[in-house]
Amino acid sequence: MSAPAPDPIRHGEVVLRVEHLVKYFPITRGIVFKRQIGTVKAVDDVSFELHEGETLGLVGESGCGKTTTARTILRLEKATSGHAWYRGRDIFTLSGKEMRELRREIQVIFQDPYASLNPRMTVGDIIGEGWRVHPGVMPKNRRRARIHELLELVGLNPDHINRYPHQFSGGQRQRIGVARALALEPKIVICDEPVSALDVSVQAQVVNLLEDLQDELGLSYLFIAHDLSVVRHICDRIAVMYLGKIAETGDEYQVYDNTAHPYTTALLSAVPIPDPAARHLGRRILLEGDVPSPADPLSGCRFRTRCWKAQGVCAQTEPELIDRGQGHPVACHFAQVEFDPAR
Amino acid sequence: MATTLSRDAVAGRPVDPAAPLLVVEDLHVEFRIEAGTVRAVNGLSYTLRRGETVAILGESGSGKSVSAQAVMGIIDSPPGFVTGGSVRFRGVELLDLSEADRRRVRGDRIAMIFQDALTALNPVFPVGWQIAEMFRMHRGVPRKEAREKAIELMERVKIPSARTRAGSYPHEFSGGMRQRVMIAMALSLDPEILIADEPTTALDVTVQAQIMALLAELQQQTGMGLILITHDLGVVAEVADQVVVMYAGREVEKGPSLPVYHRPAHPYTLGLMDSLPRRDVHTERLRPIKGSPPDLLAIPPGCPFRPRCPYARDICAAEEPPLAAVTSEHVSACHFWEEVSRERAGA
Ligand SMILES: Nc1ncnc2c1ncn2[C@@H]1O[C@H](COP(=O)(O)OP(=O)(O)OP(=O)(O)O)[C@@H](O)[C@H]1O
Ligand SMILES: Nc1ncnc2c1ncn2[C@@H]1O[C@H](COP(=O)(O)OP(=O)(O)OP(=O)(O)O)[C@@H](O)[C@H]1O
Ligand code: SF4
Ligand code: SF4
Ligand SMILES: [Mg+2]
Ligand SMILES: [Mg+2]
Repeated sequence: MSAPAPDPIRHGEVVLRVEHLVKYFPITRGIVFKRQIGTVKAVDDVSFELHEGETLGLVGESGCGKTTTARTILRLEKATSGHAWYRGRDIFTLSGKEMRELRREIQVIFQDPYASLNPRMTVGDIIGEGWRVHPGVMPKNRRRARIHELLELVGLNPDHINRYPHQFSGGQRQRIGVARALALEPKIVICDEPVSALDVSVQAQVVNLLEDLQDELGLSYLFIAHDLSVVRHICDRIAVMYLGKIAETGDEYQVYDNTAHPYTTALLSAVPIPDPAARHLGRRILLEGDVPSPADPLSGCRFRTRCWKAQGVCAQTEPELIDRGQGHPVACHFAQVEFDPAR
Repeated sequence: MATTLSRDAVAGRPVDPAAPLLVVEDLHVEFRIEAGTVRAVNGLSYTLRRGETVAILGESGSGKSVSAQAVMGIIDSPPGFVTGGSVRFRGVELLDLSEADRRRVRGDRIAMIFQDALTALNPVFPVGWQIAEMFRMHRGVPRKEAREKAIELMERVKIPSARTRAGSYPHEFSGGMRQRVMIAMALSLDPEILIADEPTTALDVTVQAQIMALLAELQQQTGMGLILITHDLGVVAEVADQVVVMYAGREVEKGPSLPVYHRPAHPYTLGLMDSLPRRDVHTERLRPIKGSPPDLLAIPPGCPFRPRCPYARDICAAEEPPLAAVTSEHVSACHFWEEVSRERAGA
């Protein structure tokens, strides 16, 4: 067993640095003459660092901008502004050729193990698909053997190389997705809700697999999820997003046990604890209403329409993501300070 | 929303005042398809009392939805057939009713929120109209009054500014709001039983918490019984009085939620509990159940969990374990339930 209190310094160099990333989508009306009637601020000034061998969790409610953050980093969406650096290289200025190489080093595993695999391709072809775009990664005569190794690595039977996706269970399909990502020998794997669609026992198999592969291969993970229990388990550091912005960030103990942002508090209190005896212990905070639309501009703090701690200043000044004495950055004027008897 | 219809009879048959709300006994459902017979539900029994919640737990394909469809009388037949058992609603056997009578029970006395609720709304009609339609169709309520009732119900499921939103179309609502519309429709006729099939799986935890709180409140107000189908152990722990754990179409463990969670007596239940990460404490390493569930077309003889079970011995391959009484209200279908339940002794 490793020691608790994961320390980011323990991990290697920074492999991915995101600075003031912004992605706005125009909202248009009209079919022939499109006119812009508004803006969806999907990602609005997000910064973070990912270290070698580290797992950074990105959590938050549906629509808060998690997937868009990942897609913008990979240039699948054009950033409105901001920077992303991969090992010191500015991703947004890379040439087409350099970008192809980067897409090899940063791989993505998707949420839906059913939809993300081509049903007409065999498992072997799916795993080796990336080598057609990046032939340099694996010489042709080594490919079949490598697919066997990869299948073994992710806990699948190498004899099943010629089977089709529908012949596998959900968890097995997700393993195929992992093997496909690993075939290109990435440094970073972006996992976008990789276990959300899976049953708990299967989910645990995939989570363990991801952890083992990280230990073996020194991978860095950007782990996107809305299941806060899984995130606590797998992540070294966590960033909580709300409407395109990071509300709070820190390690597991800072975010979960010394929660300082009201949104994080509400989010955590909504996660049911799998123990009937704990039913009436936790004070549940029921947030009224859904996440407001990221298209509606909101002055000041964007959480204030649902926040029970909001005061006048919250409508006027947007709270910065800074440490106000709680030991980790929190974007709230009234961030909870640890062991404050006054609260 | 009180209805004036008599609720002392079910399709013309008098209810038994002493009977529980719903008793499901030894239910069997199979699908006869080209490849063979899928035994989707293989001897399921449970009792639901007024105001209580029975949770049906189990992994994908274990027969949860099919068992609910059998209670509702909406099994796709053919290929599906209820081949045995009994479903008694307040003492009245539903399996004996004609299709017309069952239709009358459905929606009116027993309502269901479907697993794919988010796509179940009709995209071309306003949501308020769709709810009002329930009153018009089942109760013959005039249009204007039905609309008022719909708005009232939308308010009750906490859809903000219900009066204005009644004219909105489904696509103008978020997932959580659409789920509330579905709940409103299910609740419109004041059912005595609500079957909720994965009502919150696709939703954020914050919305999930709102919806579960809403259902609990309604149960308290009306005594409605809830059958909750899910594979979310957290949600079950929060709300269930009774838990039925299904595996490959069988009930493998059943009892009040506290003993089932604290002293599981079946290796599958224990395995589920062990696979879970927790948000309140740090977990070092998850302990998944190895392998995957059996093909329902070819369930091996003996115990269906045997290929994945760390407790399995020779007898498990030879004899299917009967339901053993762990206590008077807690049962387990495992030859070695005593050994298994000692795992968590003193916990
Ligand atoms: N191509 C697009 N055009 C317009 N709006 C978009 C586009 N892609 C995303 N959005 C909007 O940006 C916001 C953020 O979406 P995103 O998919 O990043 O959320 P998410 O956090 O990944 O949510 P989920 O948990 O549901 O996957 C949403 O309001 C979404 O509707
Ligand atoms: N119409 C049908 N024809 C044939 N087989 C069916 C049919 N409906 C269900 N089944 C089978 O019955 C079994 C039980 O299915 P059911 O939908 O009850 O599972 P479930 O426990 O609800 O799973 P999930 O968690 O994925 O919803 C499955 O093996 C399924 O393939
Ligand atoms: S800044 Fe104000 S509105 Fe925003 S989270 Fe803090 S207290 Fe709430
Ligand atoms: S009967 Fe045997 S195989 Fe089945 S659960 Fe019990 S110990 Fe395991
Ligand atoms: Mg997403
Ligand atoms: Mg189902």
